[in-house]
Amino acid sequence: MNQSGPFLFLVLLLMLAGFGAAQLRHQTYNIPWLPGSETEIWQVEARIEFDARGDASQVYLTLPPEQQGFAVVSEAAASSGWGFAIESDQVQRRAHWTQRQAQGRQVLFYKLDIAVSAADTWTLPPPQDSQSVIWDEPYQTAVSHLLQTIVPITADAHTLTTQLIQALNRTPPDQNISLLTSAYQRTNLLRRVLQTAGIPARGVQVLELEDGRRRQSLAEYLQVWDGSFWRLYDPVSGEVTERGSLLLWQTGTPGVLEVLGGTNSRVSFSILSQTRSALLLAQDQADDLALSLYNLPIAEQSMFKLIMLLPVGALVVVLLRILIGIRTSGTFMPVLIALAFLQTDLLPGLASFIIVVAIGLSIRSYLSALNLLLVARIATLVVLVIAIISMFSIISYRLGLIQGLTITFFPMIILAWTIERLSITWEEEGPKEVFLQGGGSLFSAVLAFLLMDTAIVEHLTFNFPELHLVLLGIILLAGRYTGYRLFELKRFGALSN
Amino acid sequence: MSSWINPVRLRGRGILGMNRRNIGYISRYNQRRYYPLVDNKLTTKLIAQEAGLAVPHLISVVRTQHEVEAVEEQLKGLREFVAKPAQGSGGKGILVIVDEDEDSYRKASGDLVSISEVKRHLTNTLSGLHSLGGRTDVAFLETLVRVDPMFDPFSHEGVPDIRLIVFQGVPVMGMLRLATRASDGKANLHQGAIGVGLDIATGHAIRAVQHNQLVSHHPDTGADLSEISIPGWEALLHLATRCYEVTELGYLGCDIVIDRNRGPLILELNARPGLSIQIANDAGLLPRLRRIESSKVKKMAIADRVAYAVDHFRHEDNPTNEE
Repeated sequence: MNQSGPFLFLVLLLMLAGFGAAQLRHQTYNIPWLPGSETEIWQVEARIEFDARGDASQVYLTLPPEQQGFAVVSEAAASSGWGFAIESDQVQRRAHWTQRQAQGRQVLFYKLDIAVSAADTWTLPPPQDSQSVIWDEPYQTAVSHLLQTIVPITADAHTLTTQLIQALNRTPPDQNISLLTSAYQRTNLLRRVLQTAGIPARGVQVLELEDGRRRQSLAEYLQVWDGSFWRLYDPVSGEVTERGSLLLWQTGTPGVLEVLGGTNSRVSFSILSQTRSALLLAQDQADDLALSLYNLPIAEQSMFKLIMLLPVGALVVVLLRILIGIRTSGTFMPVLIALAFLQTDLLPGLASFIIVVAIGLSIRSYLSALNLLLVARIATLVVLVIAIISMFSIISYRLGLIQGLTITFFPMIILAWTIERLSITWEEEGPKEVFLQGGGSLFSAVLAFLLMDTAIVEHLTFNFPELHLVLLGIILLAGRYTGYRLFELKRFGALSN
Repeated sequence: MSSWINPVRLRGRGILGMNRRNIGYISRYNQRRYYPLVDNKLTTKLIAQEAGLAVPHLISVVRTQHEVEAVEEQLKGLREFVAKPAQGSGGKGILVIVDEDEDSYRKASGDLVSISEVKRHLTNTLSGLHSLGGRTDVAFLETLVRVDPMFDPFSHEGVPDIRLIVFQGVPVMGMLRLATRASDGKANLHQGAIGVGLDIATGHAIRAVQHNQLVSHHPDTGADLSEISIPGWEALLHLATRCYEVTELGYLGCDIVIDRNRGPLILELNARPGLSIQIANDAGLLPRLRRIESSKVKKMAIADRVAYAVDHFRHEDNPTNEE
């Protein structure tokens, strides 16, 4: 074809757009490519307890920042009688509970569901200018001795931190270190020493995620800025590279929990691990996807699941007709039959379809003796089909065959037209052609059904509607196929000798 | 049993397939707006008549129920005629009257019908009983074609007709279609009629196929099909060639019958002619179509186009190198 260049370009563009948009949707909204894939969810519950003094109370709980490795699925606070809001500044998000007159023991809950996610790439903001650290004597001297021995054998912030932690772990401990550890808590000591060496470092509160833990408290870890990002260190064992089970809770200076108007406050965490369907999870997070089928009411969604399968059936018919040369009765009748099979299941559907069409054909042969006009003939057939279907349902129900009832899913008008067309074919071209066309239709319908019934096809068509552009591209390509059909090789077989 | 053929070999023979015919020829050379000219047999007949092409004479047109009543008057004195639906499909609804017998007419099959049955047939035609999709239709009456007696040994009932494919005004391939008992008197190949390939240069039979299988003799009459030679072939080519000017359809099938008195008559035109003609001719259409596409023959006068076809598309016994 002489305009095949722009045409192929269009097809390529359609396919790329389809794949691209689908990939984008996959990445942005974590919609899985495959059905049935699951995501691990951590359910974290923070429990805050304190004794209220009887007047206005305010409770602040620091909330975990956006971070790599996790995506927030949902968060909620349960605390009757308390006002609740989530406030955030650049550094930290905080939950804020308020009550005018709180009296006695108070318990507040904050619940957080987070999904383990590989896609999110959050980076924590770089450090602000570090304050100078002031040591009292004799600690000042001990620190400078310590640094004098360690700094020369290290290369950068990371190696310095590692060496420091090793020095702290050494037994028996170095004199300087025993002096320092007697006065400073370990993480704090590390932070101060590093800051003295001019390296930005801070203590952070981390929740160690472990399934089934209750009354867990936050652990203190060390974060060191290595010039491009924050590295996390366990103050005892060194750098943490596997972040999967560590949820960074707080990076700022104020305490995790701040209670105004109360005493004896404490916060504890319980943790549960769950696996949840990745798809459901994506749908939960889909509220803000303006152009998503998930926003439709559930009834419409299930209808769209069927509608989105139609193009797949259409593609099957296109390929069978253009590439193979299978004859069907009515161009897209097989697709509609395949849709009905989806509701009835293959074998009951096939059996009831053949029975209804066979009975219809035998009655229709009598109708042609009546010399009716077309519209009246079709209308008669519609009534007949309904009668056959009702009888079929009643009889099969009486016999205890529940599958017989699903026959109502067949579109009546389509059945009536199929009977009419096959009957005309029978009269004009003989029974052989009827079996060819009827068989071809059923074959296409079964093939379309088998494809449409596949879990992955169902999943992809509904969750990635963009992929229909790819289907469209294939259909357009097939529409320009000028080669032989498979059956033509048989038809022209007489030319081979 | 015929076997499967290798697609490369099929390609080498220049066989035109369904997909390429639809994309490369029908949709490229046949403009949609000219389709009604050939889809309606009455329109075809009228424009052909106007252009001076030989067709069976039109007796009358029946458009309304009122005109059905008037038909009786018009048929007075006519012993033979054919009633056809303008948009009938697959030969349906064609009533062939071969004789008048007292108060009734004799059909081609020998059965007798009364004038009221003829009228009911016309009424049914008007209401769409015989047309595609049941659309209301128009009926017309035309003179009976008396087939040249040379065809008598070769046909079981029915009228043998000659299908010529005319591409951009050049006849490229021809085939004689003979009704058989299996095809129920109809000249439709896929219903079991015999197709006899005709040498475009001479009108001689090349070979014959039934159901896409080679046959040598007519299964009902036993006549040797290889002896067929169409009389007045040159005139027939001219007639078919002129159909292009009338319809402006670039890829056209002309169905022609040979009347014993009047010679070749246009019976029907077809905008989507079938592909089995290639089997009967033992040759592919593609080389011929390509040859015309790349030549200036389409701009020549009618006689030159016929001469071009005779010169270039002569059947050769060894057709493998037909390029």
